[in-house]
Amino acid sequence: MAPRALAATLDTLPPSQADAAAPGPARLRDLYRMLANVRQLDTSAVAWQRQGLIPGYAPMLGQEAAQVGAGFAVDTTRDFVFPTYREMGVAYTLGLNMVEYMSTHKAIWHGGLYDPVASHFAPFQAVVGGSVLHAVGWAHGQTLNGASPDGLGVGLAFLGDGASSQGDVHEAMNFAAILKAPVVFFVQNNGWAISVPTEQQVAGGSVAARAAGYGMPALRIDGNDVLAVLDATQRAVAHARAGLGPVVVEAMTYRRGPHSTSDDPGRYRTLDDEKIDGGEDPLRRFRSVLVEQGVADAAFFDKTDADAQTRADEIRDGVVALESRPGSEMFNFVFQESTPTLGAQERQWREESEHV
Amino acid sequence: MSDTLELVRETPLLQLSMQQTINRALGEILDTDDRALIFGEDVGVLGGVFRVTDGLRQRFGANRVFDTPLAESGILGTAIGLAMAGFHPIPEVQFDGFAYPAVNQIITQLARMNYRSRGTLPMQVTLRVPSFGGIRAPEHHGESLESLFAHVPGLKVVSPANPQQAYHLLKHAASMPDPVIFMEPKARYWNKAGVDLAADEETSALEGSVIARPGKHATLIAWGAMVSRCLQVAELAAEDGIELEVLDLRWLKPIDEAGLAASVSRTRRAIVVHEGPHTAGLGAEVAALVSQSCFDTLRAPVERVTGFDVPYPSGDLEDEYIPNIDRILFGVQRVLEYRRG
Repeated sequence: MAPRALAATLDTLPPSQADAAAPGPARLRDLYRMLANVRQLDTSAVAWQRQGLIPGYAPMLGQEAAQVGAGFAVDTTRDFVFPTYREMGVAYTLGLNMVEYMSTHKAIWHGGLYDPVASHFAPFQAVVGGSVLHAVGWAHGQTLNGASPDGLGVGLAFLGDGASSQGDVHEAMNFAAILKAPVVFFVQNNGWAISVPTEQQVAGGSVAARAAGYGMPALRIDGNDVLAVLDATQRAVAHARAGLGPVVVEAMTYRRGPHSTSDDPGRYRTLDDEKIDGGEDPLRRFRSVLVEQGVADAAFFDKTDADAQTRADEIRDGVVALESRPGSEMFNFVFQESTPTLGAQERQWREESEHV
Repeated sequence: MSDTLELVRETPLLQLSMQQTINRALGEILDTDDRALIFGEDVGVLGGVFRVTDGLRQRFGANRVFDTPLAESGILGTAIGLAMAGFHPIPEVQFDGFAYPAVNQIITQLARMNYRSRGTLPMQVTLRVPSFGGIRAPEHHGESLESLFAHVPGLKVVSPANPQQAYHLLKHAASMPDPVIFMEPKARYWNKAGVDLAADEETSALEGSVIARPGKHATLIAWGAMVSRCLQVAELAAEDGIELEVLDLRWLKPIDEAGLAASVSRTRRAIVVHEGPHTAGLGAEVAALVSQSCFDTLRAPVERVTGFDVPYPSGDLEDEYIPNIDRILFGVQRVLEYRRG
């Protein structure tokens, strides 16, 4: 699993100087801190579901390097991320309020309580492939606004191997290439769409390979190598930012956990399969790199892991404290300008619910 | 000053078709709203298959008016992203039946984004859809989607009945901060009528229904191309001394419940006429609203004269499908002759 760069058509393109600088020791440690935070929160969230604090969660265990690496390449002052329901690691990396992010898993509000405009992270959503076209439209909007001297804002569409089967993803890639929109299609090929393996999902075996058909460059990378992901995403973003059009990045990774806390992977794969196909844990790999390079020691890892636990506990406290939204919000957010019919329904709901 | 006003009033009305007034409205929207964009299949160089966007690309440039690849879901999904970036998309889906490939984006995304984002990502998207039948076109070029769209929370739906309404309602719809499906009755694109472009500038005049013809014996409730047909029916019925009121609903979501109740409580009889299939058509909603608001005064059950529960037929048979004058008159007869058992 997780082959090295198989398609690297961006090799011919000069990476932007600022973005392509190899991360120094401080940034390497930042990357690890974020990987540890994400791993801990993900693990904790599964526990919260088992404890009955949240009704469900979609774990991203094993995809930390892909999500944190990609997230580090995003400029949150001008780029915009279009996530799926499994982008907790990207959200964390972008600095979202994680209590507000997790609120969707507590069934408080579909899109979560975070402000998508302020956080440059579109609302959480469940339609596989549904937001990929939005990234293209948003990115075309940046082109229409005109580039600033240092380039365009970039739309980052997150999708998986399962979503690559959706017609909307084809339409999105075709529109993006025709419009030359500044989009990065960041594909996490995690091996599974619930119970269906990539081999039965992606004809031809590679989403990145499809980019050639749209005349788009693509990178297929080891998605469990956080530095490879960071480098590839930075180069893809630089390409789009420079007005050169869309790019596909296919990060080969592995969904080490279930599809969701309601899923039972034992029905479609064995623990041995998981061990073999999952390869080396992305956190352990990066730990070795940091130790080898002498930029982190045991004390750093101990403190980082302890801090991650503290942060996860703080987020848990926030999630526990989250209260249900008032029922009137069901009515208030349907339209910017509500209708008399909806107003009447709200009045009746209020009278009858208050009566009870 | 008053002399000038008199002069304006005496100026003869412009004779314009709906295709012309929509084109004019689109030009004014692009002129006054620099975030407005028009895009879709063949809307740019060609000016649209119905020429509704004729000349707009030349006037406003290829950034404001552009042709997209032939993919309706792509058009809608791109519109949503553009709205998220602060633009005001006015996309066109070329024919009603080709809105089906875009229905996923319309229902799961466009209609919900404001809700999902708790009002932080408003969807000021005005979706123009040449709609309904009557032009002898191939399959999927004559569908009535109003009940489908009216059922979806988060969408507003409107259909103009004549050139003047089309002009004012489109400008009004485009000014609204929510997604509006603008259903253009394609069978009426080329009929000219007197148009007062200065009329109805008040927002209140553009909301709700209008009485297209007053009457006292029964109310014909219709929208889109069926309004002019109901006016023909009313003309014929008048020869027999039957005074039919024609209520042009215009807004199919939200429905003007007060206007509906006011008309039927006066006439005490209602016939709702639409092209779409009968079962779960918008007529069912209208009938339910009328029975709720006018139960005590109704002299007969609400009658529905509609398309049938069949796929919209081929051109040769469409006159058998779309409510015609005779079928509407039979409906009128049924409510007038109804006697309590």
